[in-house]
Amino acid sequence: MLTTDRLAGGALGLLALAVMFESRRLPLGTLTKPGPAYLPVVLAALLLLSGLALVVLGGRAPRPAALGWEEGRHTAAIVAAVAVVALLLERLGYRLTMAAMLLVLVGMVERRGWVVTALFAAALALGSFFLFDTVLRVPLPRGPLGF
Amino acid sequence: MADTLANLWVGFSVALAPSVLLYAFVGCLIGTVVGVLPGVGPLAGISLLLPATFGLDATRAIVMLAGIYYGAMYGGSTTSILMRIPGEAASVMTCIDGYAMARRGRAGPALTIAAVGSYVAGTASVVALMVLAPPLASFALRFGPPEYFALLVLGLLVLAYMSSGSMLKAVAMALLGLLAGMVGIDQMSGYFRFAYGVVELGDGIGVVPAAVGLFGLSEVLLTAGQAAPPEVIKPRLRELLPSRREWRESAAPIGRGTVLGFLIGIIPGSAHIISSFVSYAVERRLSRRPEEFGRGAVAGVAGPESANNAATSGAFVPMLALGVPSGPIPAVMLAAMMVHGVSPGPLLIRQQPELFWGFIASMYVGNLVLLVLNLPLVGLFVNLLRVPYPLLYPAIVMFSVLGVYSVNGSVVDVWIMLVTGVVGYLLRKFGFETAPIVLGLVLAPMIEMALRQSLAMSDGRYSIFLVRPIAATLLGVALVLTLLSLRSLMTRALDWRARLALAEKGEPL
Repeated sequence: MLTTDRLAGGALGLLALAVMFESRRLPLGTLTKPGPAYLPVVLAALLLLSGLALVVLGGRAPRPAALGWEEGRHTAAIVAAVAVVALLLERLGYRLTMAAMLLVLVGMVERRGWVVTALFAAALALGSFFLFDTVLRVPLPRGPLGF
Repeated sequence: MADTLANLWVGFSVALAPSVLLYAFVGCLIGTVVGVLPGVGPLAGISLLLPATFGLDATRAIVMLAGIYYGAMYGGSTTSILMRIPGEAASVMTCIDGYAMARRGRAGPALTIAAVGSYVAGTASVVALMVLAPPLASFALRFGPPEYFALLVLGLLVLAYMSSGSMLKAVAMALLGLLAGMVGIDQMSGYFRFAYGVVELGDGIGVVPAAVGLFGLSEVLLTAGQAAPPEVIKPRLRELLPSRREWRESAAPIGRGTVLGFLIGIIPGSAHIISSFVSYAVERRLSRRPEEFGRGAVAGVAGPESANNAATSGAFVPMLALGVPSGPIPAVMLAAMMVHGVSPGPLLIRQQPELFWGFIASMYVGNLVLLVLNLPLVGLFVNLLRVPYPLLYPAIVMFSVLGVYSVNGSVVDVWIMLVTGVVGYLLRKFGFETAPIVLGLVLAPMIEMALRQSLAMSDGRYSIFLVRPIAATLLGVALVLTLLSLRSLMTRALDWRARLALAEKGEPL
């Protein structure tokens, strides 16, 4: 039966195998004189063992479907929003990107009224920029129009 | 002793300078807010505000960050008592009897006892920290790479052993963190490892983005879609004072909680959570009326709240004296100190006494500030909870991006936060703890350096770890712990770690 422990153990095992495969480009060194790939390979081997142990012993954990994924829609929306922010932050500038993200999250995902959303997004994006960039002198990215 | 007092005098002259005092105050205030708001724990709070300290000198920055840390410990108890929502994980045990007291109309006394207990524990444990850290640091000056290697391995194993739930899972998480710590330039040979052409990964995966992802963003991902939080019980302010009987019943638990919390705080692991859990269990066992626990026993608030605050100071002992963080929060504090050009370790106390002693003194001051701040202003902080979560979490996401980006001014860090956030979300959903990942990430370069230096010292002979007494002892303890944890695997009995996991899920003990 596929349980959460088995799924996680399998994923960790695959990751360990991938690390071992990717370490082939680096000198392994010897047992007495470890090279840059030595510890990654040892750790990956231990992770592989833990992953296998989780697969073998994890039969009593709950099934993934039993966890309740009702927050999934929100989770996906937030992950997508942060990814878009990461792409746009240095292109559009901090204020525009953040205002857009807040508009999407509050207005479209949470379906608040548009007036509240617009005020909230503008106040937070401009306010945090003023506090950190202007007052505390932490440089934040500006867009092509200097905004 | 005279030395200590003279040093403390220096410390207070640093801590009571108006500008330092101001930052301690601001740190405590922000920390309380962070602790009250669900979804932002002390770790995320410290990480997010790290950039705000860049313009400050090291002492002020660290005083403010420490203020956020223990301020959050205070703030977390408020929501536990009034709403049965732990503002941060260490307040889980306070929810049980604190909320029961609030429902019986004793919310005010519960808040007062929690605040006074935290204050006593905080102050007493700073004294212990002050007495313990300098000798430990002088002892650690004798440590060479083999001793550090053994200490770090033991630290990770203790962390895994002390975490709630299965040790196997915790070890797997620590290994995942250690592997993540292998990314970047190999310090001994200069090889680029697993960077795939991303120059920013040369320094490795940053602790701050990883911690914000694993603790801040993943929390938002888990909770954003859930139903609205329950109603707040508003205490009336004139009911703040506990009765004489309540004072009497909480005195001993506060004392025991302080000692337990401090000792557990030194040990690597999620010290706050464990110390409050252990304190609760001890108080219930010692109580003459154990049946009252769960129905509003004042000892069930006093003990755990004192314990988790004492653990805060305990956790600073290995960080300040050895330069080895004992949990994810000290790990981020360590990263923050390094940003400010301070490298904690055995030499810190000797080389930068005004920083160390100023920090100690500011903790005395901070605890007093919190007591003064929290009780009269509790109504104000509770109003923060009226901000609807659909507005709160977008703001948390925004501050996460802001904080993570501005540490290095790099979008790569935002991507790291996003990836670790999704990984953390899935792992927590699947019942894995994420604290060992952060610790593994921080310790990986130290462990590797210590291992390879040791082998270089001994010409490749592994016996170097066994012939040096300190290293051998530490590794021996590590072996015993591993064997102990295998025993519960054999007997399949519910040991205390499994019970802690159940308690964290809110199931009856």
